[in-house]
Amino acid sequence: MLQVILAFFGLGRTDARSRKQFRLVLRWLAPLIALGLFIYFARFVPLVAAGERFVVPLPWEATVGGVAVSLDLLIDGLSLLFALIVSGIGCLVFLYAGSYMGDDERTSRLFLWLLAFMASMLGLVLSSNLFGMFLFWELTGITSYMLIGFNQDEESSRASALQALLVTGVGGLALLAGFTMLAVIGGGSDVVDLRQSTAAIAASPLYIPMIALILLGAFTKSAQFPFHFWLPGAMAAPTPVSAYLHSATMVKAGIFLVARLTPVTGDTTVWIATITLVGTATALVGGWLAWQQSDLKRILAYSTVSALGMIMALLGVGSPLAVKGALTFLLAHALYKGALFMVAGSVDHGSHTRDINELAGLLKKMPWTFAAAAMAAVSLAGLPPTMGFLGKEVDFEAALESEYALWLTSALMAASFGFVVVASLVAIRPFFGAATAAAEDAHESPPTMLAGPLLLSIAGLCLAFYAGWFGETFISAAMSETLGTPHVAKLALWHGVNTPLLLSAGSFAVGLVLYAMRDRLLSAAAPFGVLAAIGPAAVYRGLLAGLKWFANAQTRVIQNGRLSIYILCTGITLITLLAASWWFRVGTIETADGPRVKLYELMICGMMLAAAIFVTKTGSRLAAICLLGSVGYGISILFLLFAAPDLAMTQLAIETLTVILFVFVLYRLPRFKRYTSTLVRARDGLIAIGFGTIMAVLAFSVAEHAIDPSEKELTDGINRMAYPEGRGRNEVNVILVDFRALDTLGEITVLSIAAIGILALLRLRLGEEREA
Amino acid sequence: MNSLILSTAARLLLPLLLIFSVFLLLRGHYEPGGGFVGGLTAAAAFLLCLFAFGLPEARRILWISPLSWIAAGLTLALTAGLLPMLFRKPFLTGLWPEWDLPIVGNLGRPLLFDMGVYAVVVGVVTLIVFELAEE
Repeated sequence: MLQVILAFFGLGRTDARSRKQFRLVLRWLAPLIALGLFIYFARFVPLVAAGERFVVPLPWEATVGGVAVSLDLLIDGLSLLFALIVSGIGCLVFLYAGSYMGDDERTSRLFLWLLAFMASMLGLVLSSNLFGMFLFWELTGITSYMLIGFNQDEESSRASALQALLVTGVGGLALLAGFTMLAVIGGGSDVVDLRQSTAAIAASPLYIPMIALILLGAFTKSAQFPFHFWLPGAMAAPTPVSAYLHSATMVKAGIFLVARLTPVTGDTTVWIATITLVGTATALVGGWLAWQQSDLKRILAYSTVSALGMIMALLGVGSPLAVKGALTFLLAHALYKGALFMVAGSVDHGSHTRDINELAGLLKKMPWTFAAAAMAAVSLAGLPPTMGFLGKEVDFEAALESEYALWLTSALMAASFGFVVVASLVAIRPFFGAATAAAEDAHESPPTMLAGPLLLSIAGLCLAFYAGWFGETFISAAMSETLGTPHVAKLALWHGVNTPLLLSAGSFAVGLVLYAMRDRLLSAAAPFGVLAAIGPAAVYRGLLAGLKWFANAQTRVIQNGRLSIYILCTGITLITLLAASWWFRVGTIETADGPRVKLYELMICGMMLAAAIFVTKTGSRLAAICLLGSVGYGISILFLLFAAPDLAMTQLAIETLTVILFVFVLYRLPRFKRYTSTLVRARDGLIAIGFGTIMAVLAFSVAEHAIDPSEKELTDGINRMAYPEGRGRNEVNVILVDFRALDTLGEITVLSIAAIGILALLRLRLGEEREA
Repeated sequence: MNSLILSTAARLLLPLLLIFSVFLLLRGHYEPGGGFVGGLTAAAAFLLCLFAFGLPEARRILWISPLSWIAAGLTLALTAGLLPMLFRKPFLTGLWPEWDLPIVGNLGRPLLFDMGVYAVVVGVVTLIVFELAEE
């Protein structure tokens, strides 16, 4: 299966700028791939419904600190539900995207990233290893970044993409830390195996920081309050992307994670309270903001935030009924919201505006689009006979039964009002009334663009009639995995007249009234607009500005373009770090053996010292370079005297070439002048002396303390192994080309890159001269 | 720099230096030497040409551009790394054929790698100096 997933990356990587033919092929190939995957996963449904679990082990041979890192895949109830949503909605969205993009040059690029995203998302939901999951988690973030910033020539689009990347990226980092803690505490990284150590995990002192980090990851990804602000921004993406990533799939990753980890880390008050609280807050904030928008996509985005909050809150409650409600509602939401986004895209495509104030009377021009919008909106509003109705009924039932019945039910009610208003705004307002100017010129979308929304909204209706079958297969299996124990979900479209039904009816009625009063309420809500100035988006902007300011400030000080400052900073840092670690680890210099210096060694050292002093005195650059060269030659003679011919030889060659190199550079430099004051030179001298001193101290310490048993073992080992294993008698070379050959490979690569960098710099300068 | 003595000496020294650099490269596994110092020596030989015959001639003697040397070197080193993988051994495992070559001796995988280092060093040094010498 991994091959299949990886194949997408391969497919995606084919030339993004290829010709029209390729676009046409891709336009049909991409939906077919998704359809193939959907059928592939659908084949597992009966088996998984019977309680089976499929594991595809893909070991990575990596074990970090006793924790296995692998790409193992797992098909169980939960991952199958998500995999079917991802591939099924993917198929319809891809079909839609082909027409939506039309003849746009960048269609191939869009499909490239959409396919890559689908592969990452499938990887994410199918991973059974925490770290494999994290890998795919980040991949969805990166592909989403590319998709939000798809219109890369618009600044707002780039800013939105960066915002989404940074917010979810911070969450991703937190998630990695949380996963690492979880793996260490639980003694493994397989999500199923970890269920064995639930008690140990909950008892650990690291439990609170761990779930804080993991939930930060989940909340940022699923746009939970106070991180909800990136999702409306992400609407800068082309509509197919919004329909796919930002309503049906990626934003559900956080919910998936919470569901996945509930049997491992759930069942504590902290877990339940945090998730429920954040979820309800998100549901309310999203609902509050949704009805005030006038852009169709933003209305839908905020209502998505609200729905995500609701699902999150119910998952947090964690009772079987609540989980059943959450999963049913999740599927219902994926179906109707995907459809509505595509409707919004069609309206935009047909009438060239998404502003509801400019849209009315589209019904005549776009009847099929209206049909899709109406069916999806009925589901969104929670009216029978739809999946949305089903989901909301169970949600109310679960909320009424939970510990926090009063406020959870109130919050759900409030969110439902919002849904009804949104449903009316999207399905009634643009289509009825006197046609506006934009509506006069509107045209219906082609069948490929209608297929997606129509099929999704019809699915939302039809599935509701098969609620019993559906509950027993999909929802039961997913529920069992979320709760960790086998459960059977009984779903029925009609429960009879009971409290949830009354609540549903009540919320629908109130929602309609609110919709009718929307204009008056808008002016009433206007004063609350000031809240935006202190909202999380403002905090984000402030943090970003602060980060930029800090980066600028420290760059101005440390990297101001003067090489002497760079060396100064590097020198001071090195001295401080070396001196500190020497002081704390060694602290003394022993010269037990006493000096046994020979006369010729002294002479060489004297020569080097004299050359070094003259370097600082001379007024000629050429002389300075020659003198530095003689210091280098002195060092290579010392190497030779102390039985290191390899080093001596290399040092000699290097010194020679360095002098030659410097001579060439000299040609290009202006006349030598002293620019620095005595004070500055005294400072530089002090640092130079300090650096020399610390190096000397270290050399002494190394000579005295090197006989650490482990190091002895190392030299002995290399001595012993050089010939039999490396087939060489020159140990230095055996180390370089065999034992540590990977290091050498890295070094020559760095050397090459540095050379190319130098080439670029020199060419740049030559270019300037030519212009002048 | 038009000196008869220098150019005559360079003409004689160039082959000697190049042979010496290859000698250093080959003996590196048993005696002091190796790809790095061999490469430096070869680079020094090419720099001598630069002084004696000027830049265009030196570029011609270098045969392919410095960047191509670098690329060739990296390719050689990478090939040396990937070769063992054909035999289902980890990246960069030392491979030693059963047979010896005349004069050169046993041509093992590490030597191929060292040749890569040699070429990269020649390329990097000549790249920088030739570019600086460009007027």
